[in-house]
Amino acid sequence: MEAAIFCENLEKTYRSGTKGAKGIKGIKALAGVSFSVRPGEIFGLLGPNGAGKSTTVRILATLTRPDGGTASVAGCDVMEDPVGVRLRIGFVAQASGVDKWGTGRENLTLQAHLMRVPPAEVPARVKSLLDRVNLTEAADRVVKTYSGGMKRRLDLAMGLVNEPSVLFLDEPTTGLDPETRAALWQDLKRLRQERNLAVLLTTHYLEEADQLCDRLAIVDHGKVVVEGTPAELKARISGDTVALDLGDAGDAARMAALIAPLPGVLQATAEETRVTARVQQGATAMPALITAVERAGVTVRSSTMSRPSLDDVYLYHTGRRFHGEGGSQVRDHAAGQLPDPLAEPKSADKPAGKKGAEARQ
Amino acid sequence: MNTYFTDTGYLLLRHLRTTMRIPIWIAVTLIQPVIWLTIYGQLFRRVVEIPGFGADSYIQFLTPGVVIMTALFGSAWSGMGIIEDLSEGVMDRMLATPVNRAAIISARVLHAALTVTVQSVIILLFGMLLGARVAGGIPGFLAILLLGSTLGAGMSALSNGLALVTRREETLIAVVNFFGLPLTFLSTAFMAADLMPGWIRTLARANPVNWAVIASRDAMLGRNWGGIAGSAAMLAGFVLAAVWVSTQAFKAYRRSS
Repeated sequence: MEAAIFCENLEKTYRSGTKGAKGIKGIKALAGVSFSVRPGEIFGLLGPNGAGKSTTVRILATLTRPDGGTASVAGCDVMEDPVGVRLRIGFVAQASGVDKWGTGRENLTLQAHLMRVPPAEVPARVKSLLDRVNLTEAADRVVKTYSGGMKRRLDLAMGLVNEPSVLFLDEPTTGLDPETRAALWQDLKRLRQERNLAVLLTTHYLEEADQLCDRLAIVDHGKVVVEGTPAELKARISGDTVALDLGDAGDAARMAALIAPLPGVLQATAEETRVTARVQQGATAMPALITAVERAGVTVRSSTMSRPSLDDVYLYHTGRRFHGEGGSQVRDHAAGQLPDPLAEPKSADKPAGKKGAEARQ
Repeated sequence: MNTYFTDTGYLLLRHLRTTMRIPIWIAVTLIQPVIWLTIYGQLFRRVVEIPGFGADSYIQFLTPGVVIMTALFGSAWSGMGIIEDLSEGVMDRMLATPVNRAAIISARVLHAALTVTVQSVIILLFGMLLGARVAGGIPGFLAILLLGSTLGAGMSALSNGLALVTRREETLIAVVNFFGLPLTFLSTAFMAADLMPGWIRTLARANPVNWAVIASRDAMLGRNWGGIAGSAAMLAGFVLAAVWVSTQAFKAYRRSS
């Protein structure tokens, strides 16, 4: 079956001063991104701010041209046939992009015309979309008066007006209340089923990626570091996670280094006052780790054990915890300054995962 | 080409609707000419008595000047709309559709021209109420509308071009404020050419605002129709050049985003 989205070695460098905040001298946004999405699949791009998620989406939606690599969407090459791509996609950006001075109906009608829906079909199409996203009552109100959730539902309707075969969603649920978010997930799952729609979404919520995405890729420093189904990714990092709270950041860093070489420990990282260790057997490792730490003269305040989560997958591949909604900067920096001893077990451990990712591509 | 006209129509409709829904705009449109015409009309009423001014009624002299000044300022702000579209993601959403790219600029330029036409009608009617006689009759009245909207189209294209290059409201505001008044005063909007210092007269000759002012005044007085046609042709050339500039700016924007 032909891929709904296919991209290989996408590269993009933003030149200085041309892109406002992002245009710091020759920023390499993408350093060879490759992945593919099948029809009827919901595919997630996860990664820290500035990792290249949005740039990837912009290239695939023909808003910006790659400096290198190839990409095709819905069977059309993004460079050779951008109009073909545009006719077959829906694009819902983070900055919603609806005209706040127009009504919901006017926005949808304009979008339908621009998307080349036959004019005779436009009113009916608009009406059914308004119904579908539950905006019929508010259809003739100016968007300026809409709530955040209503606006987002209108955004989604705008992206579906041409009955696309590929839908791009850039952080579709940021700022939505949990109920609206759950409703949107339901919508997307239904669309995927009814229409074999391929969805590429970027998200700030791991929970969303876990529950909604059939497959996902973690992007870091302009590259895909790992790709797979959420279950595969979690299974690939074997073992359980033991977290010990030591109440002191210095102790945590020291103890992470102490724990890492112990038998049964696969990886150990310090994060603020906590040490997080990935171990083969949580039940047996926990007492051993606590003993080791206490013997070194550090008190363990609390301990928890868990099966691997997507957060652990993320930590494993990027060396950072995932934090939602852009508030991650400060803590990312802290995590970036992990003490040296930690680098060893991590890098010794990492190639297996990396190879796996490359082999899949 | 087909999509150019239909898309321009769709987008023009959107801009017109927006204008109608921002009541402050309508208020400003109605109030400004009243202020200009009453204050300037009263303030400079007696300049016509200066030997060599060459007009009998200052309000008749002033009205076409205010029409063109309003056309200049009204359309110079046109770029603000495109900056809003950039920052709210509307532009991205449009560029991800097959919309005809040229139509995006054309619709804004056309919108500015139409807006200027409505404003000009209001100003002219108010000027007549204050005693300005349109000696050129209906052809003169229509000629003034055409000259004003042509200048407005050109200025709007430049404003949109500048907006796409700078992408900042502050820059656009600064530039419009910096050039707006000099362009107005380096024209015969308020003062007869014969009474201007030589260097201003020379500069004014290269000023599209001045072409529009002189031709509008001729149309008001119903004289020099050949000169009016010539000015209209020069203004049309100015529009073409301005649209070319804004098209290049739009291309540069799409390359760099």
